Amino acid sequence: MRFIMKTDYYQDIRLFKYRSTFFWYLALVIGCLMLPLGLDEYLISQLTFICMYAVAAVGLMLLTGYTGQVSMGHAAFFAIGSYTSAILTAKGVPFLAALPAAGLLAGLVGIVIGRPILHLSGLYLAIATMGFAFIVDEILVRWESMTRGNMGYYVDPAAIGPLVFDSEIRFYYLALVVLILTLLAARNILRSPTGRAMIAIRDSEVAAEAMGINPAKFKTMAFAVSAFFTGIAGSLYAHKIFFINPESYTIFLSIELLAMVIIGGLGSLHGAVFGAAFFIFLPQFIVMTKDYLPQYLQNQTGLQPALFGLLIILVMLFEPLGIYGRWLKTKFYFEMFPLYRKDSFKREKKYQKAERR
Amino acid sequence: MSFFRAEDITISFGGIRALSQVGFEVRQGEIFAIIGPNGAGKTTIFNCINRFYDLDEGAFFLEDKDISRIKPHEVAEIGIARTFQNIELFKNTTVLDNLILGQHRSRRSNLFTETLFTPFVRKQEIRGREKAEEIIDFLELEAYREQRVINLPYGVQKTVELGRALAMEPKLLLLDEPSSGLNVEEAEDLSFWMNDIKEELGITILLVEHNMRFVQQVSDRVLALDFGEVITQGSSQDVLNHPEVMKAYLGEEDAVA
Ligand SMILES: Nc1ncnc2c1ncn2[C@@H]1O[C@H](COP(=O)(O)OP(=O)(O)OP(=O)(O)O)[C@@H](O)[C@H]1O
Ligand SMILES: [Mg+2]
Repeated sequence: MRFIMKTDYYQDIRLFKYRSTFFWYLALVIGCLMLPLGLDEYLISQLTFICMYAVAAVGLMLLTGYTGQVSMGHAAFFAIGSYTSAILTAKGVPFLAALPAAGLLAGLVGIVIGRPILHLSGLYLAIATMGFAFIVDEILVRWESMTRGNMGYYVDPAAIGPLVFDSEIRFYYLALVVLILTLLAARNILRSPTGRAMIAIRDSEVAAEAMGINPAKFKTMAFAVSAFFTGIAGSLYAHKIFFINPESYTIFLSIELLAMVIIGGLGSLHGAVFGAAFFIFLPQFIVMTKDYLPQYLQNQTGLQPALFGLLIILVMLFEPLGIYGRWLKTKFYFEMFPLYRKDSFKREKKYQKAERR
Repeated sequence: MSFFRAEDITISFGGIRALSQVGFEVRQGEIFAIIGPNGAGKTTIFNCINRFYDLDEGAFFLEDKDISRIKPHEVAEIGIARTFQNIELFKNTTVLDNLILGQHRSRRSNLFTETLFTPFVRKQEIRGREKAEEIIDFLELEAYREQRVINLPYGVQKTVELGRALAMEPKLLLLDEPSSGLNVEEAEDLSFWMNDIKEELGITILLVEHNMRFVQQVSDRVLALDFGEVITQGSSQDVLNHPEVMKAYLGEEDAVA
């Protein structure tokens, strides 16, 4: 536990509450910069995927984790980002303009789709967003003059001036920078009135309204911002794999993104990153440990998806707050070291139950 | 000119008349209480003022302006704040965040300046914290400042909700059963605060209350309601001793003897 003397209110709103936190993050960034030096191309590529999916997950986290609006259609925003960026760069627009354009178009579509369905919630909203994603998917297949339909679209490597991101390591740095900028932007939104309004709508829409927060406005805004980041991630994706077709953006991608934010821990930006890392590394982990399994299990078909599903269920069962929740508890354990008791967290819950009615 | 006025308020829910032809006037700077047995329609009046429900007939006026056609979130913008009977806090955030959220209507930044967290946004945040701190001082919430609301005892949550409404710097404050669930000391504190809110902050209070002792202590004038109709209204002494009111409350434990 740490106690800080407050000398002014500015301490409260700083990006990093303690000086040490800043240094930890700095160390983390330096670590991420050094990381690829010792890794092979394949692993670097996996790290790139983590960064990319984390950007999309941050977007979905703002909508689902902070505003409380479920979306099963984020693959559509991802796809819009991919295609916008691919088509624009093919037409000669520089990547540095195509990347934000991909985000902006996705954001715009987010407003158009968010507006009419924002009075829905829960399952109904999930189904409506899913329907939207089906429509986008259909457009991608049918609008052949623009998207080349099922034939797919070849994408130029990203380039900023003379700098071409055509190697794994270069693209990793690009994705990392975009992720860091995304996290900073999301953090800033969350410590400002817009972010608080989103959280307010999640926790109590009537109270938010009674505070003068217009739920329609802020839900639409959440949709737009969320779609923006997911579109940016989609753009990166296109320039990473150089070939896109509608099959990359099915309902499974939407579900994966949703699972990332839920497993990572709803309502935390750390969670978005943890969730993305979990999803990329879990299959790796399963492949690696496969050799240690008994022979008859090893050769079982469908082992990987089954283990994948099982692990997700286990995480949800034993850590409903997601990986971020587990991380907080571990941190708490070390901070309180000699004092930590096994029921430190349980007691809090009992206390809640004792409240008067 | 009247400060706040309800004229012939009528609303039904599927054939059940929750309010019929209810009219009253709240004077600037007073504490006005609405009393009545369970289901009398008290909370419904608040929900109509807040525009959560549409009136069938009648209208509300704030400073002679009709406010019964505006959007729900605009009710806060014109200076009406409220608390809820079953506490509606933003429960996964801290006390401080709740108090800052109360100030939402003074937001002057937009999404772009916020994303960049410009010096202007920074200043606005600092100002918000200064205001929140005043309320923390006023309601003696120092000990809970950084705690998440969900972990706080019931009485403290009620105080935080009052604080959040005050953070809106309203002209008119609506309190739905502010003393329910409080112990004697907490209710005592509350009645002092209400007096301070009226005297020092100059905020007019309209409250709904079951606890007759509390009503007698704090309110200047009272309206008694039963089955959606006004029984009587006037000075708190007259209303609380009105035979019809005593009859409506007969057998209820907290009626004034
Ligand atoms: N949304 C609604 N739909 C249907 N009926 C409603 C609705 N809101 C209120 N009512 C009805 O209107 C009547 C008045 O309810 P209200 O909540 O205003 O009572 P109250 O005076 O606040 O009572 P209490 O002291 O129990 O809080 C009740 O009969 C209630 O069932
Ligand atoms: Mg009520």
